[in-house]
Amino acid sequence: MIEVRQLRKRFGDQQVLDGVDLTIERGESLVIIGRSGGGKSVLLKHLVGLTHPDSGQVLVEGQDIAQLDERELLGVRRKFGMLFQSAALFDSLTVEENIAFVLARERKHTPEEIARRVAEALEMVDLPGTQKKKPAELSGGMRKRVGLARAIIYRPEVVFYDEPTTGLDPVVADSIDKLILRVCNRLRVTSIVVTHDMRSMQTVGRRVAMLHEGRIYATGTPQEMMSSADPVVSRFVRGISDEKEHTF
Amino acid sequence: MLDLPVQIIRGVLAGLGRFSLMVMEVVRSLATQRLSGRDLVAQMYFIGVKSQTVVLVTGAFTGMVLCAQTYFQFHKVKMDTATLAVVSVSMCGELGPVLTALMVAGRVGASMAAELGTMKVTEQVDALRTLAAHPIDYLVVPRVLATVLAVPLLTAESVTMGILSAYLVGVHLLQIDPGYSVVNMLRFTDHRDVLMGFIKSLIFGGIIATTGCYKGMHCGQGAEGVGHSTTEAVVYASIAVLMSNFFLTLLLTRLLALL
Repeated sequence: MIEVRQLRKRFGDQQVLDGVDLTIERGESLVIIGRSGGGKSVLLKHLVGLTHPDSGQVLVEGQDIAQLDERELLGVRRKFGMLFQSAALFDSLTVEENIAFVLARERKHTPEEIARRVAEALEMVDLPGTQKKKPAELSGGMRKRVGLARAIIYRPEVVFYDEPTTGLDPVVADSIDKLILRVCNRLRVTSIVVTHDMRSMQTVGRRVAMLHEGRIYATGTPQEMMSSADPVVSRFVRGISDEKEHTF
Repeated sequence: MLDLPVQIIRGVLAGLGRFSLMVMEVVRSLATQRLSGRDLVAQMYFIGVKSQTVVLVTGAFTGMVLCAQTYFQFHKVKMDTATLAVVSVSMCGELGPVLTALMVAGRVGASMAAELGTMKVTEQVDALRTLAAHPIDYLVVPRVLATVLAVPLLTAESVTMGILSAYLVGVHLLQIDPGYSVVNMLRFTDHRDVLMGFIKSLIFGGIIATTGCYKGMHCGQGAEGVGHSTTEAVVYASIAVLMSNFFLTLLLTRLLALL
């Protein structure tokens, strides 16, 4: 469904993506792992068309979205839903208005239908009855749930998750992982999750791709990655730092 | 040695290019996209209704001080009753539009840059894009249109308040003859002065909103980036208003003379 060919992106002197090749099949649940600052989120933004590459292709059902302008991309993005690392809820709108944003702008649905679908989406993310709250009144985990409800209410074909468990305590992080699985199974959507949380990777991933030095370094199932003998993969999944490294 | 000037020129040209593209996208959106009436009314309320106090106070005190200063000079040559005429012509064609625009730039331009800048750094603009909404359509167009509509109305209020205040100061405080003053004011204030003020205020509204939105949409990272953008929005919009006012005066005086 999505194919990335020789994707390159440079910011200043830093070559963040250096020839990424990746294929994502319809309905699969792919987890992209890699070091902080290694370009995972940049890759994700290329997949959604939020960033344009220096060179390379991002093919969505055969169409190269890297060649489309912002207005042409709007149609393609209707197939996508995205949960941002910070949830990125609109501060000035209530939970209900945030979730109903796309439906309200389409002007094709009655207020009753929109209210029903918002309630359904909130039910799915275990936050019923929070329609009138403002984002500022919600905790980090609740914001992510609302962000997910906003991303799935219009039934996208692909849902992207940018570090969905970052900044959450282990219990809330686990509940978000279970929610991602639930959304994936119930709505039969393609899930692409960017994370460096190994527990999350094992819970939500069917296939894992590791980004290292600007390229896809290794792919496999979560089990294969966890038991990999490759020193780069092994050190990363076990969280072992190089003694010579002082990146903190 | 030439690297720094070249970089600066390149940066300025790149900025002007991005600004032009944004303005073109706004025009394209106005021509092709359906505008949400609710968003427009919300912006009109914030930009127009909420700016009234500051604009009315500015207009009133500008009219009063202009009246007093003009009277002090004209009184020496026994031209007291021409005072309101000077106030009226100045307020309609120059001071009303310029001072209103400067006050709106300070209040609204800064607010637009800060709000859109915060939305950008907190990924809310990216979220909009993933929700298949063009940021220009949803964020910029309602603000630009509302400002272009609101600034002429605010200018009219400011001018009216300035002339009324000048009348009160002139007639009741400085004892100028009210009948002759009003007759002279109506005689010397041409419809072209009013039209000039109206055209200027439309253009100033566009300058303030596009500058504020551009600075917000292209702000740097973090709180520092938002702070810089907010300051730059006010400074650039104010300078652009003052500079364009000079050229507009020259241009419009000639064009309106043909009417």
